[in-house]
Amino acid sequence: MSVPVIAGHAQSVQSSQPTRRNTELALLVAVWLVGALALVLASEGAAGEVVADVQTIVLIEGACLLGIHLVVRRLAPYADPIMLPAAAALNVLGIAMIGRLDLADAKRAAARGADIPESVAVQQSIWLAVGVVACAIVLIVVRDHRNLRRYTYLVGLAGLVLLLLPMVPGLGLTIRGANLWIAIGPFTFQPAEISKVLLTIFFASYLVLTRESLSLIRHKFLGLGVPRGRDLGPILVAWAIAMGIVVFQRDLGTAAMFFGLFVGLLYVATGRRSWIVLGLLLTLVGAVGSYLAFSHVQIRVKVWLDPFAYSDTEGYQIVQALYGFASGGMMGTGWGAGYPQLVPFAESDFIFAALGEEIGLVGGFAVIVLMAILIQRALRTAHASRDPFGTLLVSGYAIVLGLQSFIVLGGVTKLIPHTGLTTPFMSAGGSSLLANWIILGLLLRVSDHVRRPDPVIHRPEDSTTEVVHVS
Amino acid sequence: MTRSLNRLALGLLVLMVALMVQLTRIQVLQRAELNSMPGNQRTLLTEYSRERGPILVDRAPIAESVSTDDDLQYLREYAAGPMFASATGFYSIVYGATGLEKAENPVLSGEDPRLFVDRMQQLFGGRQIKGGAVTTTLDAAAQRAAWDGLKGKVGSVVAIEPSTGRILAQVQSPSFDPNGLSSHNSKEVNAYYRSLEDDEDKPLLNRPIAKTNPPGSTFKVVTAAAALESGRFEPDSILPGPQTYTLPGSSVELPNWTGTECGPDGRVTLAEALAISCNTAFAWLGNELGADALRDQAEKFGFEESFETPLRAATSRFPADPDPAQTAMSAIGQFDVRATTLQMAMVSAAIGNGGVTMRPGIVDQTAAPDLKPLETFRPRDFAQAMSPQNAAKLTAMLVGVVNGGTGSNAKIPGVEVAGKTGTAETAKNRPAIAWFISFAPASNPRVAVAVAVENAGVSEVSGNQLAAPIARAVMQAVLSG
Repeated sequence: MSVPVIAGHAQSVQSSQPTRRNTELALLVAVWLVGALALVLASEGAAGEVVADVQTIVLIEGACLLGIHLVVRRLAPYADPIMLPAAAALNVLGIAMIGRLDLADAKRAAARGADIPESVAVQQSIWLAVGVVACAIVLIVVRDHRNLRRYTYLVGLAGLVLLLLPMVPGLGLTIRGANLWIAIGPFTFQPAEISKVLLTIFFASYLVLTRESLSLIRHKFLGLGVPRGRDLGPILVAWAIAMGIVVFQRDLGTAAMFFGLFVGLLYVATGRRSWIVLGLLLTLVGAVGSYLAFSHVQIRVKVWLDPFAYSDTEGYQIVQALYGFASGGMMGTGWGAGYPQLVPFAESDFIFAALGEEIGLVGGFAVIVLMAILIQRALRTAHASRDPFGTLLVSGYAIVLGLQSFIVLGGVTKLIPHTGLTTPFMSAGGSSLLANWIILGLLLRVSDHVRRPDPVIHRPEDSTTEVVHVS
Repeated sequence: MTRSLNRLALGLLVLMVALMVQLTRIQVLQRAELNSMPGNQRTLLTEYSRERGPILVDRAPIAESVSTDDDLQYLREYAAGPMFASATGFYSIVYGATGLEKAENPVLSGEDPRLFVDRMQQLFGGRQIKGGAVTTTLDAAAQRAAWDGLKGKVGSVVAIEPSTGRILAQVQSPSFDPNGLSSHNSKEVNAYYRSLEDDEDKPLLNRPIAKTNPPGSTFKVVTAAAALESGRFEPDSILPGPQTYTLPGSSVELPNWTGTECGPDGRVTLAEALAISCNTAFAWLGNELGADALRDQAEKFGFEESFETPLRAATSRFPADPDPAQTAMSAIGQFDVRATTLQMAMVSAAIGNGGVTMRPGIVDQTAAPDLKPLETFRPRDFAQAMSPQNAAKLTAMLVGVVNGGTGSNAKIPGVEVAGKTGTAETAKNRPAIAWFISFAPASNPRVAVAVAVENAGVSEVSGNQLAAPIARAVMQAVLSG
């Protein structure tokens, strides 16, 4: 980390860095127009008319994107200009598909003579507004991301408590077999989503302190350095917590994401491949162990291996998703022309299947590429960061976004067994959207810090007069 | 941390690429397989969300899609369903499609590659995608005449335009109502289908083209054609026609259906033998010509060939390697000779057409949703079965069958009709099959017909009694149209 410090200084002194805020604005306008077009097409395709909600949603989206852009322009002018439009694009695409699914629900309800259900898409656009406000608050409150290190253990504790909250009797809520939610009055909330924001801060901060010791190697085995026995503590604790999530919350996806986050950061911090090997070994042990011990894990694996054998029961959802992808093919059926409503929970866990059906392989690739762009821009920021905490924090969020996308999209496409996780920025659901916008706020904050030219620094050796250090 | 960050970036990129590869697998490589999985309602829903094109007879729809307000947006309706079922087949959510509904599905559904441009125009114009229309060659009056004639009987009728091979009538009895199978209520569909399957008269069997029967004495026309084509026999050639014919190599005696000799002193001309359907003369003739000559002749009429009209017809057969006794029986259309009703109509049509066998077809025209024609019926020769001279001689002999022989019930006032009766035994004491094949007007025929009535009596007269009147009605319907 010592080298970039000098390089950073040398670079920043010479000229004023372009802020590229206008690039961001242009991209955001394009995103907004694409989102509006998608909604109009979806409404036209599914209902044969542009329903009233479309206007409401498009206006909310426009206000959100413009608002957050202005906040960034003022509070993080040097922030990366690509990350915000990429995240926004995922968000508006998700809302368009949710709106399209609303219309299918409305049609079904009308056919049955039932009340038309409330529009999830409007709710989701309100959650977008909440997310954008949260993102703005992050930019206002966190003027320097390094300040977050002051609360390392408090943040870690809060993250852990949130993660374990659904296990509290009377508070936890089991939905579809996973004990991931908490209910407070009429509101349900998925605390793990916020927990991933906090635990990333904790891990990054903790590893800045301990990475020297964790990268010490005593023995070599098969060309790999073996960590010292007393340094194994943290990874074993992380593993134990992940297993606890599998056992008590019955959620493989969240467990895999948290453990993967920890191991990934450990690797980035120490540069030791042995941590990756150890992490994979522990994952293997955990996976085999939970397969042997828990029927819910066995079912997931069986359904993954041959979903068509369970097409009327546990495999129904994934089989319907596969049929949807296949009917979409290369170009998709077109907005409103497919049957994504046949996939249960198409608006949340399976939103990618719904998009794959109606906008095809082309649309699916676009979503994956947007996600990859967001991740690569975050890693670029990590690369350029002059402080190790910034590097680790931003890499951590890149890992979270990457792993979460992979686990959920891989599950939906039958690449890996399906475990319930939300698609970042796309799935219907407030906690997930809120958490991801907070993450985006932190990414913007660090990238602003990285690209911001330093104020003119008076270095002792440059001084013409002697400087007296008072304190 | 630079190195580990690069590795991390690479690792996450690999994950994203893996997702893209998997997505390509399911959306492109396994697409067809997934789309055709049984239980994939999407394929069905997509199919039913389009207005399927109509099947037409003389510009009137016999099958068309009407919009509904249930999940499956269009319901298939068949006007006069049972009468046209042999041609239309059915279109069912439970049992798929048969008949023209299956054979012409690409056009009807709009999936045909030739409709690609129309489909794109409809898609971008925001209009519903529609299927194209299929016009059949059927003649509504002939179809009705055949349908009325078969009422209460088990059997089938095929009428062909001899000069082109166009199928003018194709009727089965008993039939089924395709409306009962196209219903969106799968419980009703299942119940109806099961009742059809349990019916021992097999209403789902497409008798005119899918069932082969022994052609009996109507096959003597093929034997007579072979005799003329051999150059060794003329209509007035004298054949032995004794009371019985001893099958070569055995002591089995083949009798005539009358139980008597076929002529004075058991001698009879070829023309007379055909007119009175003399078994012993034709059995003898069969061995004079040999099995190979009979088979060659049969093949030129279309035996041993599978035709697609585009409905796939069963292959009519002449036995592979019969001994002399079997050859004698084959020459009179027994033993292992099997023919569809369509095949015997083709035999009749070829003779009327100067000896040229035409490929049969039931689709007159396919058209795009905007009625622009895609493909129009084009007559196609199958084979020169006989010389025009011999065809004329055989026609004269067949006119003799109707005017002075066993086929008297096919007479039409003012029109010369050529025809041949047949009664085929399927097994001892089982109802025989009454046949009649004919064409009219004899000199320049506009229609050739084959009628097979399966639950007939056991006498040679049943061909004339049961089948000839139906053939006459069908011919009259075409000739007066």
